[in-house]
Amino acid sequence: MKRLAFILLGFCWLTASAQSEAPLVKIQHLEKVMQTESDQIQVINFWATWCAPCIKELPLFEKLNADRQDIKVTLVSVDIDLDPDPDKVYRFIARKKLKSEVVILNETDPNSWIDKIDKSWSGAIPATLIVNSSTGKRKFVEKELKEGDLEELIATVKD
Amino acid sequence: MNAVKTIFAIALIAVMTAGRPVTPGYEIGDTATDFKLKNVDGKMVSLSDYKDAKGYIVIFDCNTCPYSKAYNERIIALNKKYASKGFPVITINANDPSISPGDSFDEMKSRAKSKNYDFPYLMDETQEVARAYGATNTPHVFVLDKVSDNESKVAYIGAIDDNSRNANAVSKRYVEDAVDALIQEKSVPTTRTKAIGCTIKWKNS
Repeated sequence: MKRLAFILLGFCWLTASAQSEAPLVKIQHLEKVMQTESDQIQVINFWATWCAPCIKELPLFEKLNADRQDIKVTLVSVDIDLDPDPDKVYRFIARKKLKSEVVILNETDPNSWIDKIDKSWSGAIPATLIVNSSTGKRKFVEKELKEGDLEELIATVKD
Repeated sequence: MNAVKTIFAIALIAVMTAGRPVTPGYEIGDTATDFKLKNVDGKMVSLSDYKDAKGYIVIFDCNTCPYSKAYNERIIALNKKYASKGFPVITINANDPSISPGDSFDEMKSRAKSKNYDFPYLMDETQEVARAYGATNTPHVFVLDKVSDNESKVAYIGAIDDNSRNANAVSKRYVEDAVDALIQEKSVPTTRTKAIGCTIKWKNS
């Protein structure tokens, strides 16, 4: 009996850890990421599996995530807006072996949440928001980033 | 002195052109510029060609974007519903085909043919029209209200409706509401909306 419980517990833990790779979140979750006081600079990238320029720039975020302790990368998939099945995103994360934190934004009416990320955002992706809670500075860009762009953008929110 | 002036002029130009891609585009009430763009049938199309129009539903669209695909039938339906009421649909593809080969003029022709487009599908090769309007993504709609023979004002900018993935689950039909209001000479209920979409593929400058 004890053993069965142990196996069950282990099973729960396994499924939980698999799902936690890309939880479905609401806009409030992102607002919290943007507003919470942190020593780390938040780099929040909006992408989707169908978006070619997004996929092209993903390695830049992965590199940033691996190299910089002072930065927290969050990759926000907006796939659900077009396709309610998150499976495609899970498979993509596995195939690309993404190490950065991925969340899947589970909202249906973009008009209700786009302005909460940035008033200047048209809604087109890729788009990236950089927030430094210690200086209160933020930088939003709506374009595909090239090598070196992220470092420059991060520098603008530093002091 | 001349050298100082030259340096100053160069510096001024550098400041003015830095970060140029972010053009503000139109606001509601602005006069929309007319254009002359090549249609998939090879003929040039302008707003002024439509003598009897009361306005226009100008949509920046393309072949390849999954949002354009999701909205394709809805765009075709908009023209069927509103062309006869004086608000024809005019679609414009501004994507640079060297970045997005599926949006070439030939691919545009085959899309228009396979979907039996009964409205223009124009190529904005220089991307000047998309920049002037301030189009950013596809599909991106500009509803124009024709106020006189040669002037149209922007009455609505944004998405077609509030549910991209499911036409049957739509609760707000922004474009239809805007055009209906213009037909009834009422004020447009929602003039600006935003939506997730594909970026227009701008030429590398």
